[in-house]
Amino acid sequence: MIQTESKYQADVLIEEQGFDDHFHDHHHGDKYQTGFIGHYVFSMDHKVIARQFLITGMIWAIIGAAMSVIFRLQLGFPEENLLWIKPLLGKWIEVTDGVGKLSPEFYYALVTMHGTILVFFVLTAGLSGTFSNLLIPLQIGARDMASPFLNMLSYWFFFLAGIIMFYSLFLNTGPFSGGWTAYPPLSALPQASTGSASGMTLWLVSLTLFVVSVLLGGINYITTVLNLRTKGMSLFRMPLTIWAFFVTAILGLLSFPVLASGFFMLIFDRSLGTSFYLSDIFIGGQALDRVGGSPILYQHLFWFLGHPEVYIIILPAMGIVSEVLAVHSRKPIFGYRAMVFSILAIGFLSFIVWAHHMFMSGVNPFISNFFVFFTLIIAIPSAVKVFNWITTLYGGNIRLNTAMLFAIGFISMFISGGLTGIFLGNSSIDIQMHDTYFVVAHFHIVMGVAAFFGMFAGIYHWYPKMYGRFMNETIGKVHFWGTMLCAYLIFWPMHYIGMAGVPRRYYSFDTFDAFKQFSDMNKFITVAAIVAFFVQLLFVLNFFYSIWKGKKMTKQNPYDATTLEWTTPIEPIHGNWPGKIPSVHRWAYDYNKDQREYVPQYIPLEEGEVGDH
Amino acid sequence: MIAQEVKMESNNFSRVNPQLFSLWVGMASIVMLFGAMTSAYIVKKGAGNWLEFSVPSVFYISTAVIVLSSVTMHAARNAFRRSQEGAYKFLILATFILGLAFLVLQYQGWSQLYGNGVDLKTNVAGSFFYLITWFHAAHILGGIGALLASVINAYSLKFKVTDHRKNRVEMLTHYWHFVDVLWVYLLIFLIYIK
Repeated sequence: MIQTESKYQADVLIEEQGFDDHFHDHHHGDKYQTGFIGHYVFSMDHKVIARQFLITGMIWAIIGAAMSVIFRLQLGFPEENLLWIKPLLGKWIEVTDGVGKLSPEFYYALVTMHGTILVFFVLTAGLSGTFSNLLIPLQIGARDMASPFLNMLSYWFFFLAGIIMFYSLFLNTGPFSGGWTAYPPLSALPQASTGSASGMTLWLVSLTLFVVSVLLGGINYITTVLNLRTKGMSLFRMPLTIWAFFVTAILGLLSFPVLASGFFMLIFDRSLGTSFYLSDIFIGGQALDRVGGSPILYQHLFWFLGHPEVYIIILPAMGIVSEVLAVHSRKPIFGYRAMVFSILAIGFLSFIVWAHHMFMSGVNPFISNFFVFFTLIIAIPSAVKVFNWITTLYGGNIRLNTAMLFAIGFISMFISGGLTGIFLGNSSIDIQMHDTYFVVAHFHIVMGVAAFFGMFAGIYHWYPKMYGRFMNETIGKVHFWGTMLCAYLIFWPMHYIGMAGVPRRYYSFDTFDAFKQFSDMNKFITVAAIVAFFVQLLFVLNFFYSIWKGKKMTKQNPYDATTLEWTTPIEPIHGNWPGKIPSVHRWAYDYNKDQREYVPQYIPLEEGEVGDH
Repeated sequence: MIAQEVKMESNNFSRVNPQLFSLWVGMASIVMLFGAMTSAYIVKKGAGNWLEFSVPSVFYISTAVIVLSSVTMHAARNAFRRSQEGAYKFLILATFILGLAFLVLQYQGWSQLYGNGVDLKTNVAGSFFYLITWFHAAHILGGIGALLASVINAYSLKFKVTDHRKNRVEMLTHYWHFVDVLWVYLLIFLIYIK
């Protein structure tokens, strides 16, 4: 019936079948936020806010990645003269006899900021902020978020957090340098290191504002999914993207307040002289009079957020990948309900595994057993998801466009990184592996690169929905293959270095006989990292070029997809649908059903047709 | 600068008002905040070096005040729904004053505790006590802000029971009960786990 799409078919059907919510009756019509500031700056439209999150996230990604290139230069080429970056880094390049070297303090600051920026600003705000905002209202058939005002505030709190963090980069004492986890006592005592002074204060202020942003966003996402779904959109008809964003928001809402309470206690320790986290500390041979606290307490509070946080990062990517795979394989997603229950299981388990980050912190080995057990159980829902993605691909009529390539690349990364997680989840193997490059390789592949691949898949796929144009496919494919290759070239060798026991976060290995032998491998990794950085710049160019010069979107539903976002006009409008909102009659994955290539969700069931799945 | 916010009305297939629902979701995150603080308290207490002291007696009076304010708040809500203008105006003002009285009494309690020699810095037990009660007071302060707005509206706007206002009163009532119950939980926690 819907073999070929006529341009207005969707609109006609929605007028016939759709649900009239009287949205346009009491509406400000064309006058809504038409000024430049209202429309582009303090916008309350979810589609604009999504793009604000995306572009801000991209700027942070470039800064964070550039930092990694600079500290990789130190690791790969410690003898090299770095005088040429002195104009950028100023006094942090120390010059002796005309040879510039990166100062060790700033090396630590770079490592810390790289982690903080990528984890929070790019892969939390940039990923979940962008796609939850863009897709939740569009895919469930809502006019906007439950509270557009809180949604706007969510972005501006994130923006403010970013400004403060950015400012801290230029402090005389440098930004915080005690690692992105900000463990006390380095973070609790301003005299502990140069970065622990004002740099740490601004880090705390910035991330507290960031927590506010995540909470405001999360409240909105949860309320919108539960309350503003269109007629017929039952929970089990929602696309997997929405399920993933929904569970992500719940995780954020329950875990970020715990981080906040940990931060408040840290602020008390720093500013009011309490000793929540301080005990038995000697500075310059002198015992500090602040005793009675426990640094492990902070680790518990931090990782109670920290572990759900990695799922906050990876679940949206999983949701995006599920959707992109189904659309471009022209097949229903395999095991839809199993996928939903895996998301829920991962979400639940993520709250009871946090201490696997602390096996070597002196926690009771008996308690470690408990955490080992639940950590390894997460492999089950993860494996279910991987199996279902591969089975979705199997026998599909696959379109190998850039979005699809990144989705498939995601599966590859998730498998490679997930397997090493089984090593690290065992507390006994962790005795050897902890704090080595094996850990660095593991989490970069499984939640860094994999989450980026999910994000790229989403950007390439929904770019027409955001900008009305397509990104360039040729540059896109170069971007994919370059990134895929470099990611493995960077992180694969790190596993070997890590197994040999090379510790992470060290400034230099020159004086360690055991680790000197890896200098060639470190050179190799650095070269690969530099290439990877320039490949990402190709993406940035493609992104901005395509906003103005990309191929125009001429069809409302260019991918022949089933979900509701492709029933909105090509030129986005406030309130998303010009007339009624579509009502939903089937699940999101009716591809190749009963000799029909695809059947969108707003099409009513035919007589005798069995609905859903 | 900012155009009027689009009011997102609930679809007729959902039962709860989205704004009220958002408030509940937000309260869940506040529960996690205090849950984290009280569990950290238990963990730290188990690790030793813990000063044992009793809750200042003024806190029992402040508890009575906050419970009473919950009663007046609920009565105010009922009066509003029944369009009883006079009763509503009186009760909402009473709630506001009781809320302020609670904060004053909390301050008295902190002074009493400080007078007994328990300060913020010396022992972590004291640090936790002040941390938890201060953060609760901050959440009360948020409620008082909302109450103040309601009092100003009650005495300056023409009395009219609209769906929009009914919802606002409903949200305020839920939040006020929430911070009340939260306080009772915290008090019992601080009395029994010391």
